[in-house]
Amino acid sequence: MIEIFKHANYDFLGKKWLFIGVSWLLILAGAASVAWRALDGNPDTHPFNMGIDFAGGTLLDVKFKDTPDLGRLRAAIEKQGIEASKITLQPVGNQIGEAPKNEVLIRLPNLLHVERKAGESETSAKAETDADVGKKKILTALATLNPADTQGKVDINDGGRDKLQAELLRVDPLNLTAGGATQTPEARYSEIATRIVEYRDKTRGGLIASLDELKSLNGLEPQLWPKLGEAFFAGAAAVKSAEAVSPQVGADLRDRAIYVTLAACAGMLVFVAFRFKSWGFGIGAIVAVIHDVLITLGIFSITQFEIDLTVVAALLTLVGYSMNDTIVIFDRIRETMRVKRREKLETLANDAINQTLSRTIITSGLTFLTVVALVIFGGAVLKSFSWALFIGIIIGTYSSIYIASPFMLWWEGFKKSPQLATAGAPGATTASASSASSGMPAASAVRSGSKKKGKKARTASSMR
Amino acid sequence: MDVMNRNLRTRSIVIAIITLGSLILMFGPWNKGPNYKIAASDFFKPSNLKQNLSENIHLGLDLRGGTHLVMQVQADEAIQTISNGNVEKAKDILTKGKINFTDVKSLASGQVVVETADASQQSEIKDKLLADFGSSQWSATTRTNPPTVVFDLSGSAADRIRKEVTEQAKAIIEQRINQFGVTEPTVQFRGRDEDHQILLQMPGVDNPERVKELLKADAKLELKPVKTGTQLFSTEESARAALAALGPAEQSSYEVLHMRESRSGGASSVEGWYILEKNPLITGADLRDARGVPAQGLGYHISFQVKPSGAEKVGAWTEKNVGNYLAIVLGNQVKSAPVIKGKFSDSAQIEGSFTQQEAEDLALVLRSGALPTKILYLEERTVGPSLGADSIRQGVTASIVGMVLVVFFMLFYYKFSGVNAVVALVLNLIILLAGLAVFNATLTLPGIAGVILTIGMAVDSNVLIFERIREELRAGKIVLSAVDTGFSKALVTIIDTHVTTIVSALFLYFFGTGPIRGFAVTLVIGLLANLFTAVYVSRAMFIWTLTRGERQADTLSI
Repeated sequence: MIEIFKHANYDFLGKKWLFIGVSWLLILAGAASVAWRALDGNPDTHPFNMGIDFAGGTLLDVKFKDTPDLGRLRAAIEKQGIEASKITLQPVGNQIGEAPKNEVLIRLPNLLHVERKAGESETSAKAETDADVGKKKILTALATLNPADTQGKVDINDGGRDKLQAELLRVDPLNLTAGGATQTPEARYSEIATRIVEYRDKTRGGLIASLDELKSLNGLEPQLWPKLGEAFFAGAAAVKSAEAVSPQVGADLRDRAIYVTLAACAGMLVFVAFRFKSWGFGIGAIVAVIHDVLITLGIFSITQFEIDLTVVAALLTLVGYSMNDTIVIFDRIRETMRVKRREKLETLANDAINQTLSRTIITSGLTFLTVVALVIFGGAVLKSFSWALFIGIIIGTYSSIYIASPFMLWWEGFKKSPQLATAGAPGATTASASSASSGMPAASAVRSGSKKKGKKARTASSMR
Repeated sequence: MDVMNRNLRTRSIVIAIITLGSLILMFGPWNKGPNYKIAASDFFKPSNLKQNLSENIHLGLDLRGGTHLVMQVQADEAIQTISNGNVEKAKDILTKGKINFTDVKSLASGQVVVETADASQQSEIKDKLLADFGSSQWSATTRTNPPTVVFDLSGSAADRIRKEVTEQAKAIIEQRINQFGVTEPTVQFRGRDEDHQILLQMPGVDNPERVKELLKADAKLELKPVKTGTQLFSTEESARAALAALGPAEQSSYEVLHMRESRSGGASSVEGWYILEKNPLITGADLRDARGVPAQGLGYHISFQVKPSGAEKVGAWTEKNVGNYLAIVLGNQVKSAPVIKGKFSDSAQIEGSFTQQEAEDLALVLRSGALPTKILYLEERTVGPSLGADSIRQGVTASIVGMVLVVFFMLFYYKFSGVNAVVALVLNLIILLAGLAVFNATLTLPGIAGVILTIGMAVDSNVLIFERIREELRAGKIVLSAVDTGFSKALVTIIDTHVTTIVSALFLYFFGTGPIRGFAVTLVIGLLANLFTAVYVSRAMFIWTLTRGERQADTLSI
């Protein structure tokens, strides 16, 4: 039997002040980043790098034939009347072992003119233009990147099957409308269009470099080529995805994400309190979860990783994960509480953490491995999501040990002995020496602490 | 022993049924047309099974490609339109009733203000107009200096109108989208009632421009008689001069409209101005059908049929007006003004050489009727099929790498018992996919996050059980009782963690928006599957391992 810990017996709760201090540091660092970015008076810095899901704006994922010339691209977009400072160009990282992607994410902030009238909330202010203004400008700019002799021709990389079929029907390169063929022109050109579009999207990743490529496709008539070359060209860029969100919808999505997360937390608080027949357990678990979310958001503010809807999904995942971890430990505490009624709750908690330590390390380790795989192989779309989980797993594991249990103990102690608990309660003025500087729950607020006031002064580290 | 064997038999049967059922749900031909037939020998071919799987598991737009549009119906504008209409009606009624007024205007939407110089007429104005506007919806107050009557649309009536307008817009959008031939579109209200938002999702449509134009298009068809004795004017000035010459009384019932024939095929187009009667003979509401039809020469015409009631009206008019002209007006522009040769039956054509696409789109818009008010696009997301494929590939690669790492570790660390965990994990995924198929749930990127959390918790359940069994073994219990106690103790924890997470997922499902709900659905299905596999299946495998020999095993590879 391979074992990580034979007889784990670490004094976790004894060192809790150190870790609670570290948590405060992380939370404060995040808060400082948020405050500094919000208050520095520079309109270009934001507390969070909100994706267009929440901030509104335009985001296009564009694939280019060759390595994109970012300077030229920027100049082309600027020509459409957009300030240079508003254009964000971000090349998409290449995947290891694959051909270069030549993809660029083009992002524009919200270009809509929305004025909020007095008394109107952000979400009720009415936009007056369609959300796709930015998209249209970028598309126009991309079209200008094609050589001049392509004017009047149709870009084979732009649009789907229907558009191609309609164009083929108009040009009629096989001269089918004259009649005599076994198939109607509509049917045959639809087949050809389907073949070309499938080749473009499935085999070539959305972009055909040159019309000559098509000559190698099976099942297409060679008579197509001369006329095809007259009417079509292979454009330099193809749009793989486009998103345009008005700020009104963005604010709405943001608010709902916040409310629903809070509602889910409240639900879990009540359920855990009900299952463990004590608010202490519920509060301990929820404080740990909120702690995880705050620190993760703080790190997102510091690193300026983009926050979009998938990050919300990641935050919810980590909430679930951290809650799971905490409940495993709490369950163990409850179980031993029934057997060892005389033991102090704090000792029980420390024992429970030790008893479940192997499981905690194995589960966290395995989940962490999965998330590392996600970070490495998950690709650009999942980047923010993967990093949120990466940070979250670490924080979540740590918080169920160092945050959930101390808060549970503090609340339980508070219930048993109000005076003692006030001494250790966050922000209390009469705090004992050990907790005065950090303002965190006092280690002394344990079950048996209520019996004798003298025990109050004992520091946690002396407890076994 | 006997008890255990019987227990094991029951468990095996339950597990076999669920596994088989899940596989059938995953790979069965459930989403085929009524005429679907396949040879039995072809059914089990991997390509066919793969095809069935992809039809049974619905992928979200972010994974399969498509367009997601959020529109806002400008419902307040509908109220403004009603107010403006009432201003016109008020002028008409007051003029006809020979009641003096100085001005009628609508300063705010849902408000009509009538000013008069004669205070004694206020009550008459009030009664007459209220009777026409509808006193259940409008209320009137009188003010002095200058004497004014203010009509206000009641709040509840305004809300009702906004709601109706939104519903009407949704119905029209649905109709246009369905006729346009988008497969499996979703049209639904989004957000709160007062947002007046409509969500449209179109899988597979990666170039939404044509659809967007089509949805917004507001083609109003009217047939208006050309003023008798006049013909096409070549300049606007000459038309206006002719109109002015009619004198004030007659003038108000005529208008000047631009005429332009659609000729996209390069033929020279006819352009000019007509003097038309303001009141149309019939409007788009009287249309029965409209189609794009190939013209004899170049391009397409739009042929339309009129409902019997409208046809009667036009028939009566045409009978009396042989030799005169009737203008076909589309969106306040004259498309053609054919000369009347005889009594109109019930169909006519808008001539001009449209392209096939133009003709079909225009006909479609005519068929579905005009939108009650403007719509605005608030959100537009288009994912091309190649990007969706990228996301799937990357997500799958990451999941497989993660799973392989997990499997490798479980086998290494828990030896033979690790096999139990791996089997449970695989079965969990199978049941999860079957669950997605049964509930017609959509798998999206956030949904994959739900799958990741599920896998994490599935592994965790096994780790919890195994660690518990080890503890009991360490405490000196015999194998069978260690497994028993280990399971029963871990069970409490597993149920607690799972139910807590399901509780939060239910909140997310009922209060969340699209992507968050997708996350919640996969999570709930996955966790329920997990409760079954980790507790029931894994247990059965342990029983099997421990009892399959002649005597009970006294060692356990864990």
